[in-house]
Amino acid sequence: MSEPALDVRGLTVRYRDVVALEDVTVQVAQGQACGLVGMNGSGKSTLLKAVVGLVRPDAGSVAVLGGTPDAARAGGLVGYVPQVDDVDRDFPVTVDDVVLMGRYHRMGRRRRTRPVDRAAVDEALTRVGLADLAGRQIGRLSGGQRQRVLLARALAQEARVLLLDEPFTGLDVVSEAAITAVLRGLVDDGCTVLLSTHDLATLPELCETSVLLHRRVLAQGPTADVVTPENLARTFGLDARAEA
Amino acid sequence: MTWWEVLVEPWQFEFMQRALLVTVLAGVVAAVLSCWLVLIGWSLMGDAVSHAVLPGVVLSYLVGAPFAVGALVFGLGAVGLIGAVRETTRLKEDTAIGVVFTTAFAVGVVLVSTTPSQVDLSHILFGNVLGVSDADIVQVVVLAAVALAVLVARRRDITLYAFDRVHAHVVGLPVRRIGAMLLLLLALAVVVALQAVGVVLAVAMLITPGATAFLLTDRIERMLVVAPLVATVCAVAGIWTSYLLDAASAGLVVVFQGLAFAVAYVVARRRERVR
Ligand SMILES: Nc1ncnc2c1ncn2[C@@H]1O[C@H](COP(=O)(O)OP(=O)(O)OP(=O)(O)O)[C@@H](O)[C@H]1O
Ligand SMILES: [Mg+2]
Repeated sequence: MSEPALDVRGLTVRYRDVVALEDVTVQVAQGQACGLVGMNGSGKSTLLKAVVGLVRPDAGSVAVLGGTPDAARAGGLVGYVPQVDDVDRDFPVTVDDVVLMGRYHRMGRRRRTRPVDRAAVDEALTRVGLADLAGRQIGRLSGGQRQRVLLARALAQEARVLLLDEPFTGLDVVSEAAITAVLRGLVDDGCTVLLSTHDLATLPELCETSVLLHRRVLAQGPTADVVTPENLARTFGLDARAEA
Repeated sequence: MTWWEVLVEPWQFEFMQRALLVTVLAGVVAAVLSCWLVLIGWSLMGDAVSHAVLPGVVLSYLVGAPFAVGALVFGLGAVGLIGAVRETTRLKEDTAIGVVFTTAFAVGVVLVSTTPSQVDLSHILFGNVLGVSDADIVQVVVLAAVALAVLVARRRDITLYAFDRVHAHVVGLPVRRIGAMLLLLLALAVVVALQAVGVVLAVAMLITPGATAFLLTDRIERMLVVAPLVATVCAVAGIWTSYLLDAASAGLVVVFQGLAFAVAYVVARRRERVR
């Protein structure tokens, strides 16, 4: 492919005196999935947040589909499923209300629901296996179900770049397999996916490329070349040669 | 007198009709807004704005400007200050709110004490709905209509703002602008509520109906119907009772809202036990 869908160059992000990312350069080609692997605190979430404009880079640049993150967001081109489920469980909305929120940027100023929005919501819920819970209040779900609702919202958005922060955490094996298939289907349809994960088993079947992260990029490339025992040992600091 | 006459008699007086109009309008606007305020956790913000407008109202009376102008300026000023204090210090929001609104209120108290008696503090503090002027009514009707129209038209964006600001940001919605709009609407609602129930009790109208509706339903769209309904019923009941008992209408309206909350509480508890 010509230009990469995601082009992160020399990215440095600090939280006050903590350096979360340092000189990180990552590219993901259009229509490919890329896995982010690293230990707790290695900067995976920070990288995803920088791409979606939730944290400001201290140095370096981020380009999404050739434009700025702001432009990509304004066009509804990036979807983002956060890691922490800090959704207010008592909030008086239903599952399909939440999924519909993925489409607000496409709806008119008053966000009136059109048939096409309704259809997209139903399809997204079916894909994540939650069609029969559409009318439930959002708090009356299990943690894994709620996570799938947020994924459905990102699907309904029909974004061209999808960022997922540990989408498999808390999912049972059946759901995980189903979600993996859904994501793979999206990528095959031309969507670009960047996801962080601790689940090394699903990585080869889902992601063409992988990035090993520990504040800096330790290795990146085709998943089979990158996710090797030696590299993993380095990434997770099991090896004496690992840098702090 | 038959019961029907007792029921209808008060409404033949013009001052009662005006009082009802102002209180219902104020109640409905505040009630719709209160649904989101209780969900966001901004109940205290209503308290802050309603107290902070005191100096603005006093100054308006002194220079003969419409009270809404002074109230809006000071209400928005307080909101801005609260935001600034919170963002530039490590203080939590409730502390920032507490410092700013008590100070503004104190300035108002000082102003009142040093000005000639044309400003009746008790009317500002506790409302004077039975004596509203024509000009006041025009202000209330216009402001309430504007606020209500915006709230209804933008209700889905406001709900998304209350529910998930990160997602709103990600799909490119103007998160800061929605927040600012909500605070502006809050200031408008306070100005309207001031006429009905005064500075001290305005905050009740900005919390209780939303809290009541929240106990009764777990759908925001239904809350947005239930809360203004409750507020309307309480306005009618409060004003009518105030005529009957010759007691403070503002206090009675708020007491009825508290009663409505109590009923909703009992209903909700029962329902939970059945479930
Ligand atoms: N809001 C914050 N304020 C200050 N420091 C932060 C903040 N968020 C993250 N950090 C720090 O930045 C570094 C990277 O954090 P990040 O959340 O990106 O890691 P992660 O790879 O996603 O970890 P995990 O696997 O636990 O999710 C960590 O050292 C963390 O302590
Ligand atoms: Mg993380």
